[in-house]
Amino acid sequence: MNAEELQQIAAAAEEERGKFDYEVNVCMGTSCLAQHSDGIRDAIEKEAEGCGKRCHARRTGCMGPCAAGPMVLVEPAGILYGHVHEADAKEIVASLGAEPVARLDPQLGSYFEGQHFRVLENVGHIDPEKVDEYVARGGYEALLKGLTEMTPAAVIEQISKSGLRGRGGGGYPTGLKWDTVARVKGAQKYVICNGDEGDPGAFMDRSVLESDPQRVIEGMTIAAYAIGASKGYIYVRAEYPLAVQRLTVALREARRRGFLGYGICETTFNFDIDIRLGAGAFVCGEETALIASIEGKRGSPRPRPPYPAVSGLWGDPTLINNVETFANVAPIIRNGGEWFASMGTARSKGTKVFALTGRIRRTGLVEVPMGMTLRQIIFGIGGGVPDGRKFKAVQTGGPSGGCLPEEHLDLSISYDALISAGSMMGSGGMIVMDDTSCMVSVARFFMEFCMTESCGKCIPCRAGTVQMYELLSKICRGEATRRDLDQLTELCEVVGATSLCGLGQTAPNPVLSTLRYFRHEYLAHIDEKRCPAGVCQCGPPPRQADLTGTQGAAVEVHA
Amino acid sequence: MLYVERPPLPSDDKRWRIVSGTMRKHGYSRNALIETLHTVQSSFGYLDEPAIRFVAQSLRVPLSQAYGVVTFYHFFSLKPPGKHTCTICLGTACYIKGSDKLVAEAEKLLHIRPGETTPDGEVSLATVRCVGDCGRAPVALFDGELSAQMEPARLAQRLDDWRAQ
Ligand SMILES: Cc1cc2nc3c(=O)[nH]c(=O)nc-3n(C[C@H](O)[C@H](O)[C@H](O)COP(=O)(O)O)c2cc1C
Ligand code: SF4
Ligand code: FES
Repeated sequence: MNAEELQQIAAAAEEERGKFDYEVNVCMGTSCLAQHSDGIRDAIEKEAEGCGKRCHARRTGCMGPCAAGPMVLVEPAGILYGHVHEADAKEIVASLGAEPVARLDPQLGSYFEGQHFRVLENVGHIDPEKVDEYVARGGYEALLKGLTEMTPAAVIEQISKSGLRGRGGGGYPTGLKWDTVARVKGAQKYVICNGDEGDPGAFMDRSVLESDPQRVIEGMTIAAYAIGASKGYIYVRAEYPLAVQRLTVALREARRRGFLGYGICETTFNFDIDIRLGAGAFVCGEETALIASIEGKRGSPRPRPPYPAVSGLWGDPTLINNVETFANVAPIIRNGGEWFASMGTARSKGTKVFALTGRIRRTGLVEVPMGMTLRQIIFGIGGGVPDGRKFKAVQTGGPSGGCLPEEHLDLSISYDALISAGSMMGSGGMIVMDDTSCMVSVARFFMEFCMTESCGKCIPCRAGTVQMYELLSKICRGEATRRDLDQLTELCEVVGATSLCGLGQTAPNPVLSTLRYFRHEYLAHIDEKRCPAGVCQCGPPPRQADLTGTQGAAVEVHA
Repeated sequence: MLYVERPPLPSDDKRWRIVSGTMRKHGYSRNALIETLHTVQSSFGYLDEPAIRFVAQSLRVPLSQAYGVVTFYHFFSLKPPGKHTCTICLGTACYIKGSDKLVAEAEKLLHIRPGETTPDGEVSLATVRCVGDCGRAPVALFDGELSAQMEPARLAQRLDDWRAQ
């Protein structure tokens, strides 16, 4: 593969496109496919053939506003339809070149206002199973440029300059990580893409893998060149069968075109990628646990250092980045680090993809520039809380994050601002809650999650999460005292400070953030035996409640 | 080349050949343990003792390690599933949209708890942490098929349909 051939592929794909007057792009993401969008596409194709219109019915990835699905995008007019049924195919085809079908307007209001597509730029426009369509939109230009015009050090320099930080949650500077792995000496190095996406309520990585898998493959290949790796793994959770299937096809296609394999782009650089399936363990998102899982073992984290950069997969130097991190790489190499850094805040550059869900009018996948306020996202893009209810909190960062109240709605999104407010960026789940949610119950929900997902290797997390869960349950039942609350706070500190891995270290966060902003709800449960949201059944305290303590109660949990 | 004796297939069930195929694809490497267990789980619906023994012996992994892996990951099941499986998402987005009420409804109708199967072997109840359709929460899966924006009444209807069959 050289520049000329790349252009030829792109030109051929363009020519193919030129054979059609219209393109009807039908979403084939998990969400729309579950509503049989494949049947809609077939119907449109058949309909177009029947009436002799030159129309291409394309399978694409997720277009974002999942709740309005199945989604259909008509090009070149750029008309978006929502809640489409197979029976609408006739009308859609008839409307090509004429007035759009008003009935199918998805009513998205200001959903796209302020959104800026970088990671999701191809989503909804290309068939994820066709590598040539990716190339036609500038795909693999960055790889070619990197391999033939830049040294590995120059690639890393651009990534560092871009200010890109890890999108998996921690926000570690990506350039610095690459540089570290590149400097470690080793005959064999690995690149791993973390597609475990354990945060329940987040689906950014799923969407990227399903809709534009080549972008992730290109990012990984550039990374491999930069650090000197010859083998890569994409670790995907088994709950995402469609993502696995699309990736499998994408890897085959990339190999066929020579973007993976031996002598990539007519250089001496070799690299290939395998898929590894997760098996339903949240802790496997943690990098050392993920590595153990790829090695075929139980996913137990181990102490760091040594970091994977020095001793990772099978003891060799390993680079591990998140799906969205890799998806940001190709545009940086194509346009330069400065281009990337021109968007965002001082220390958080570029865009971030969020999965906007919960009690909100317009749910879906959104991509916004760093620095946008929570209010703009929740009330502008998301349209606010429906059913005349009142906004109460927004949860970011998943089980490691926190809940932010109304006072923080004008917070600009950045890694540091979210942490100082007591939450964190996380991988991009953003769950909106209204006044029907009880914040103590929410804290208990996350604690239950951490308790069941704890791998059990270290005592603070294994035993501490059970105790904290019990205390939270006691508060919910209206049986707790102020002393229990003090004990809970103390446990939060101990577990956070002494746990081995990030799961235990951050498990107290949902409790701490709700204690900070919604202490009155805790106190209502404790002092007044009342749940302000009306969720918990706070019965009268049983006799001796204060004397029982929390020990024996743990047994109940395991039963 | 070193000749390694591999255990015979546990039975002449064709599905064992699929399992062997996965191991062969990975060169019978020990690292392929999880991949192989995935194949067993997807072919048979669960992992029983003969299956774990067979995989452990074939890959030369201690039985204790294989068992440890099986019990560590939630995806693997040691019990055969019922004829039908109803899986309810308990991810955060679904929880906020009331999926706990769905679980309560299913428990009430089936008289079993998540992780159990009705005594007649008809329906298994399971929970999952997010299947990625959070935008249309709450979500339930009926025999693996995703159904979003679920309500207790509709869930009850689906369970009834199974029982009517
Ligand atoms: C309990 C736990 C779960 C995690 N889950 C994920 C995950 O699902 N996806 C992810 O990309 N990173 C996850 N991480 C972070 C990874 O350990 C790692 O930092 C990340 O993949 C590095 O990539 P990045 O620098 O591109 O963010 C998790 C960390 C912890 C402690
Ligand atoms: S903190 Fe929890 S998940 Fe992490 S190693 Fe300890 S027990 Fe395992
Ligand atoms: S939380 Fe239920 S599908 Fe994501």
